Amino acid sequence: MSEALLSLHYHVSPDDFQTAGEASSDVKNKLKKMGFPPEIVRKVAISMYEGEINMVIHAYGGEITVDIGMDEVRAVLKDKGPGIQDIGKAMEAGYSTASEKVRSMGFGAGMGLPNMKKYSDEMKIDTEIGVGTTVTLVVRLA
Amino acid sequence: MTVKELLEKKIYEEVSVGDGLSTEISKPYCCDLLSIAMGKAPAGSCWVTVMANVNTLAVASLTEVACVIVAEGMQLEESFVSKAVQQGITVLRSSQPVFDTAYAVQKLLEE
Repeated sequence: MSEALLSLHYHVSPDDFQTAGEASSDVKNKLKKMGFPPEIVRKVAISMYEGEINMVIHAYGGEITVDIGMDEVRAVLKDKGPGIQDIGKAMEAGYSTASEKVRSMGFGAGMGLPNMKKYSDEMKIDTEIGVGTTVTLVVRLA
Repeated sequence: MTVKELLEKKIYEEVSVGDGLSTEISKPYCCDLLSIAMGKAPAGSCWVTVMANVNTLAVASLTEVACVIVAEGMQLEESFVSKAVQQGITVLRSSQPVFDTAYAVQKLLEE
C-alpha cells in the first residue's frame, strides 16, 4: 500500500463488554471526518468490530493497529489468545464456540468471521494454538 | 417518516434523543442476535430488538440504523441509557412484542 495517511493504535481489554467496539467506533468516526465514502466506512466498521469483539470474547483482549492510506484501510488485530482450533469451521456461518454468558448478550450467532470476510476485501488469519491469532483485514477504496 | 416525526407521534417511550433526527426511516428491521444485525441491519432502518445492552448500541452506531426500539418493555440499565445519550443514538421503548412494534412502524411508514 501507499504510505499511511494516519496510523492508529488501540488496546482492547479482555472480557470488557462495556467498552467493546470503541476502537471500531473511533475508526469509523475518523474515516467519516476524513470524508471516506459511506460504504467504505461501513465495511471497515463492521469487519473491524467483529474482530474487536472476538478479541474480547475469545482472546483476552489484544492490540489493534489501523493504517488509513490513500487506496486502502488496513487493520491488524493481534491477540495472545488460545488460537483458533479449526479455521474452516470458524468460517462457517452459524458455528460458534462462545459461552452461554456471551450468547445471553446477543453474541455467539457464529457470524463473526463470515461477516469479517463479507465486509473486507482481503482477510488473512495467522493462528497458533496456545500462542495467539493475528487477523489482517483490508478494505480497498477502489 | 423521519426519526423526529416518529418521536413526535409519542407512541413509544423516549429513552434518548440522538443526533440523526432528520434521518428518513427506510424500514423496520428485527433481530436480536448482534452479529447478524451487524452484518444485515440496513443503514437508516428502525431496529426493533429485545436485546438491550451496550453492545446493541455499538452495533446500532456502526451500522448507522436510524433509531432503536427496545420491545417487550425490557428494563434498561443506567449504563445503557447513558451510553445511548453519549453516542447520540435515538432509543425508544415499546411495551409491545417485536413483531407488533415493527408492524406498527411499517404502517406508519406506509401512511
